[in-house]
Amino acid sequence: MADEVVLLDFWPSPFGMRLRIALAEKGVEYEYKDEDVRNKSPLLLQMNPVHKKIPVLIHNGKPVCESLIALQYIDEVWNDKAPLLPSDCYLRAQARFWADYVDKKIYEFGRKLWTTKGEEQDAAKKEFLDCMGVLEGELGDKPFFGGETIGFMDVALIPFYSWFLLYEKFGNFSVEALHPKFIAWVKRCMEKESVSKSLPEQEKVYDFVMLMRKKLGME
Amino acid sequence: MAKSNVKVLGAWPSPYVMRARVALNIKSVEYEFLEETFGSKSQLLLQSNPVHKKIPVLIHGDKPVCESLIIVEYIDEVWSSGPSILPSDPFDRATARFWAAHIDEKWFPAMKGIGAAQGDDARKAAVEQVAEGLAQLEEAFQKTSKGKDFFSGDKIGYLDIAFGCFLGWLRVTEKMNGVKLLDGAKIPGLVTWAEKFSADPAVKDVMPETDKLAEFAKILAAKMRGAGAPK
Repeated sequence: MADEVVLLDFWPSPFGMRLRIALAEKGVEYEYKDEDVRNKSPLLLQMNPVHKKIPVLIHNGKPVCESLIALQYIDEVWNDKAPLLPSDCYLRAQARFWADYVDKKIYEFGRKLWTTKGEEQDAAKKEFLDCMGVLEGELGDKPFFGGETIGFMDVALIPFYSWFLLYEKFGNFSVEALHPKFIAWVKRCMEKESVSKSLPEQEKVYDFVMLMRKKLGME
Repeated sequence: MAKSNVKVLGAWPSPYVMRARVALNIKSVEYEFLEETFGSKSQLLLQSNPVHKKIPVLIHGDKPVCESLIIVEYIDEVWSSGPSILPSDPFDRATARFWAAHIDEKWFPAMKGIGAAQGDDARKAAVEQVAEGLAQLEEAFQKTSKGKDFFSGDKIGYLDIAFGCFLGWLRVTEKMNGVKLLDGAKIPGLVTWAEKFSADPAVKDVMPETDKLAEFAKILAAKMRGAGAPK
């Protein structure tokens, strides 16, 4: 029976990028549908009535929402190739913990970097850079968070790299200068086609956000 | 009973800690419950969860596992010969995880909003928001239980644990704010489910008594007011 896979997404979304990477890693063919998040399609509203957000993975007509949940779903269904979660229970718990950390910290502090000013922005910058340090510590000497190959945590985190130009310009810092190990990990991930083809250019994301800020009247 | 070197760092009022304990009970795993002192964090906690410094922490052998839902999945995977906590079908698993995440990110914060609301209008709005959430969960319950007693079917599972562990605080919120949230006329399935969940052998000894929890809630509220008072 042929699988029908559709991904409802929005090109700058790091959460959508996670699923693009996973589907590419697993060699799954799918239809990509870019949503206009200011004018949501009836399909999106039908498939994610609770949150009305992308990404939504639609597998044979059934929707899976929330990117980390969809990542696990992809890993469980297409389990013949490129496992994202390790087989060891403790390492699986660790991978889930760190992916959850990315959601709780990186997205929030990153967002504050370009939406706030003054003290709030300074605090966000400090927290963001602290997180980089914590993540470097967790990575240690491993080439990837998943070990020898990219895993669940790598896929959860790498999409945010496409937003780094934006973060660095607003925060006035260079991640490479302060956390070179982190950038070395980024470069290893970007060598993989599944990753490099799933992330938009940093400049494109930057231009998009600047346009959005203008439209929202943020100077 | 399976013997194992398992500890849970926690506190009796915490719904998150309760999740870990219910999961261990389902698997008949003996564990040592190390109760944290209210208002301070032990060295063991700070060492085992340096990132978030929060309970619960499950310590298996010498390995710490943090975040309650991650702990529940870990327990399910390690003690795989015991009754299953997560469903076996990937889509059902995704659905259970979706609702558990929704409960943590949206529903429980909305419920805490009832107690925090200033004034009658704000309280009414907060109650409506929680009632809407409960209506959504009633619908999810009808779909996933397929006529059986629990979200997972015949026996309690992941989503029952995720949601059920908030029942103590839900009852306290009702009592302290004079509101009815578990309304049999509006959410009949959930009201019956709540009674069955609370009476389950894996749950009844770790579900805090409503009165005891209400007393604790008063102390907590007083402490927070005291912390905010001007010098």
